[in-house]
Amino acid sequence: MVSQPLTMFEKIWRRHVVAEGPGGQALLYVDRHLLHEGSTHALARLERKGRPVRRPEACLATADHYVSTEPGAVVPTEPGASPIADPEIRAMVADLGRHSRRLGITFFGRGEPRQGIVHVIGPEQGATQPGITLVCGDSHTATHGAFGALACGIGSTEVEHVLATQCLWQRRPKVMRITVTGARPFGVMAKDVILAIIARLGAGGGVGHAIEYAGPVIRAMSMDERMTVCNMSIEAGARAGMVAPDETTFAYLEGRPLAPRGEMWPRAVAFWRTVPSDADAVFDRDVTLDAAALAPTVTWGTSPQDALPITGHVPDPSTVGDPARRASMERALAYMALTPGAPLAGTPVSRVFIGSCTNSRLEDLRAAAAVAKGRRAAVPAWVVPGSGQIKRAAEAEGLARVFTEAGFEWREPGCSMCVGMNGDTAAAGERVASTSNRNFEGRQGRGARTHLMSPAMAAAAAITGCLTDVRTLGR
Amino acid sequence: MEPFTRLTAVAAPMDLPNIDTDRVIPARFLRQPREAGFGPLLFHDVRFDAGGAPKPDFVLNHPAYRDAKILVTAENFGCGSSREMAVWALMDYGIRVVIGPSFGDIFLENCFKNGALAVVLPAGVAAGLRRVLEERPGTTLTVDLESQTITGTAGEAIRFEIDAFRRHGLLTGQDEVEMTLAWLPAIEAFEARRRDEMPWLG
Ligand code: SF4
Repeated sequence: MVSQPLTMFEKIWRRHVVAEGPGGQALLYVDRHLLHEGSTHALARLERKGRPVRRPEACLATADHYVSTEPGAVVPTEPGASPIADPEIRAMVADLGRHSRRLGITFFGRGEPRQGIVHVIGPEQGATQPGITLVCGDSHTATHGAFGALACGIGSTEVEHVLATQCLWQRRPKVMRITVTGARPFGVMAKDVILAIIARLGAGGGVGHAIEYAGPVIRAMSMDERMTVCNMSIEAGARAGMVAPDETTFAYLEGRPLAPRGEMWPRAVAFWRTVPSDADAVFDRDVTLDAAALAPTVTWGTSPQDALPITGHVPDPSTVGDPARRASMERALAYMALTPGAPLAGTPVSRVFIGSCTNSRLEDLRAAAAVAKGRRAAVPAWVVPGSGQIKRAAEAEGLARVFTEAGFEWREPGCSMCVGMNGDTAAAGERVASTSNRNFEGRQGRGARTHLMSPAMAAAAAITGCLTDVRTLGR
Repeated sequence: MEPFTRLTAVAAPMDLPNIDTDRVIPARFLRQPREAGFGPLLFHDVRFDAGGAPKPDFVLNHPAYRDAKILVTAENFGCGSSREMAVWALMDYGIRVVIGPSFGDIFLENCFKNGALAVVLPAGVAAGLRRVLEERPGTTLTVDLESQTITGTAGEAIRFEIDAFRRHGLLTGQDEVEMTLAWLPAIEAFEARRRDEMPWLG
């Protein structure tokens, strides 16, 4: 009997179905659950109802969204001595610590050397592995799909459900394969690839789908790069983004604290080799993108789909036929204070943010430092490493020195200015060159204007004080 | 969770596609406890100016739509952040039904988990409904989950599809954790099997 060829998604899905429910819903088992301060709403409800957590050892918690990234900021264990001025913000961080201790969940608070952004520390610790299901009450959970895991962002009620049952009701999504062919030209980073993919699909183009990224360009990417790509799957509306595990994946994981060890390692690798899609597996949708045609990319609007090559011009809504699309472009351009037809390059920026779960890993910092080296920032520029481990590694290899000598501010790990909720915000009217993942209205602070781009492009914007084609600064 | 069967209320149209949950409720408001109430924060930065005064051009500030309990939206409403406070803000304001051609996946799930009904209609039908609401501000619609229909426009009743699992959950207002724990033997059997097949996961 010849078995039917399966996609990677299908293999992981089937392996995790505990029960089939009505209406095409399946009860899926959850192998790993990551928590952050936002999860405290769910933890508080569980506590109130007196419900136990089914598998605390499957959970890993970190403080990221609300911690201060002020240089030198640590959260001392003494109450009242915290550098977080806002009592509500302080309570969010403290609460996560309290619940973690109460439930026996491993927690990385500030001051703990492994603390960092939830989507950075999961892989870094080896908690993220091929073939598993992983959830987190955060929409960028698709990041972990870079390892060939089925990783989904969920809401707060679902977090509570997973804590209590270790399972999640899910409707089977469709599966889309995006094949990236060709070769990336000089200056084109993983961020440019995913921005181009989102521009192609549209912000809702992936709704109801899990995406598998494939093709030679993805295969040649490092794990840091694959994570950047998978991270932004949600910006095309997709529920998950995945890359098949391979030697790059295994080499990254070997020796990580939570990765399989000893005699378990070869067993795990043997299993992981069976995870990728079968050669003739059929996808619900197939999309191909030629990387050779890409250029460094920036967003001009208030949706991540509003992305263009830096060599392009601000689009003109009057040339758009669809009235709904035209109205939303006009609104975006008014918010962004941009003029139709103006070249994107040369648009002055007020500040630069290099960080977030999209682009705060060591390779991102290296790419930014390579541009900053020996130059001087023209506008305030922050570099916020994704974790304590990345921060120390970047200091050890001299990247932090490069940044500070170039006038960039080297900060503590956390979500920081990716999201206007922790005190790190841009002021109304400020224009930010940012390596984060969302340029929504008000995302970085009420009235703040966000342009998304790669770390190299953000560093170039810091040096010149305007949106700049990093290729013009030379190799 | 409060069961949902049927609602007759004013419906308000929102024409812009891709309204993200940061716009539904800005990030700086997420840290308050659930009990504090999120209704006044709904659409905060597009609903109120920097001084806190209602913006006259925002749909829910229009007297005819102020008491809306139904929202008819465009494509991909609720995209972006997983923040469940977007649904809490809608519900605390009084909105119990959202109707549109597509929704952000996590937002859609959050609606059902909180007892709010999200109705997916073909794009043309949703657009037609928004046009009716714009032409006759203050129009009242009846959304009936049992018969899966929307009535109140001059035309025929609009029938909608919804999966049996979600429909049942809304109609009964069941506690999903309680329901899932009925599968406990299956969960335990799964865990035993997983310990054999993938022992490195613990
Ligand atoms: S860095 Fe930004 S997108 Fe990532 S988890 Fe933090 S707030 Fe969310």
